[in-house]
Order: sequence, then structure tokens, then C-alpha cells
Amino acid sequence: MTLKISRAHADALLAQSRAEYPDEACGVILGPVGKDSALRLKPMINAAHSPTFYEFDPKDLLALYREIDDNDEEIVVIYHSHTETEAYPSRTDIAYAGEPGAHYVLVSTREEIAPATEFRSYRIIDGVVTEEEVSISE
Amino acid sequence: MTTAIEVRIPTILRPYTKEQKVVAASGEKLSAVIADLDVQYPGLGERLLENGALRRFINIYVNDEDVRFLGGLEAPVKNGDSITILPAVAGG
Repeated sequence: MTLKISRAHADALLAQSRAEYPDEACGVILGPVGKDSALRLKPMINAAHSPTFYEFDPKDLLALYREIDDNDEEIVVIYHSHTETEAYPSRTDIAYAGEPGAHYVLVSTREEIAPATEFRSYRIIDGVVTEEEVSISE
Repeated sequence: MTTAIEVRIPTILRPYTKEQKVVAASGEKLSAVIADLDVQYPGLGERLLENGALRRFINIYVNDEDVRFLGGLEAPVKNGDSITILPAVAGG
């Protein structure tokens, strides 16, 4: 599998991650059901407001699922930032990964690599992490 | 048997419900509905409960209200209610 994402979305979620530093930033990219097409970026509030944890607010989460149901959309990408560690799923990321169909995107805002940006994508299914290629379209 | 409560099942738990997105269950409070679901779909209850309590990273809503604000497992439910189960989107 390859994650296909637009330059605009990739830039936007990196900008969000830097803006929300030192907290982790998070959000989703939505697309029409069954198309694996990441079209609509939706930043979410990190209800944990933490540099080491993120969680969508349960109320926002329900509203998100209602919205995508109404629009015949699905969650194509779930993204979040790591503030001081590499862009690789943590143990908690793996334990709580609940969308087997989603691309899990991680970006790192740690200072020594932030100028170069670390932007990686994974599938996380039944506790197994598989990194995939990222194809950014201009 | 009354089957008047609609329960929406998230993708990750649909292997338990033969891939059904919406199932029916009965009970007068959430704990009874979960017990009924586990009878119909063995193993599903364990994905919702841990040591007899609701799992921290599973969200359950009755008619759009988070059950944490409705008494948790004691949350009352009645015919016609809709229950939605969603795994938290969370991590470290």
C-alpha cells in the first residue's frame, strides 16, 4: 500500500503540528467511502493537551462519525505528531489503533529533525505495524 | 425477545457481528445490553469491558450522550434508543 496525499495537506498538518507544539497535534483526512482517497483535512483538538499523548474528545469523535456517515465518507488518514521522538508508532499508538482501514500518519516535530520534517505512514492492524510508502502530489 | 435497541458497531468489532454495522439488542440498562450482545455475539463483551468495568478507550453513547455522563454501566436504556460504540482515537 501507498499513502497518496497532496502537498497542501502534508504542509498543513506539519504546520498544525508545529503550531501546537509542545502538545501533540492530531486530526484526520476524510474521503469518499471505499476510494482510499484522502481529500478533506480535518484537524481535531487533542483533548489530552499533552506532549506525550493525544486523544480526540469523545464528543468530537461522535460528531466526526455522524458527519462522515451523513456524507458517505470514511476516515482515510489518522494523523498525530510526536514532539520529541521519531515518527514511529509508540506502544500506546499500537494498543489503541482502532481503525484497521486507516493510514496512520506520524510526523515528528523534534528539533533536530524538524527542519527536514519526518513524515511517515503505517497500517496498524491487530497490533502489527507495517510502514508504507508516502506519495506526495504537488 | 424484544430487540428494540439499535447498537452501532465500529469496523474493528464487526468481525464479532458477522460484519453487521447495526445490530439489535435488549436490556433496561447498558450492562444488560452488553450482556445480551455477548450472548448473541460471543467475545464482544470482553472487547467492551475489562474487569467488569467499561474499557477506558472504548466510547459508548446512548442517543449521542457519552455513557460516562449517564451512569456508565448503570445508564438506563429503553426501547427505541440508539447505542453507538466507537473506539477512542488516541495514542502516545
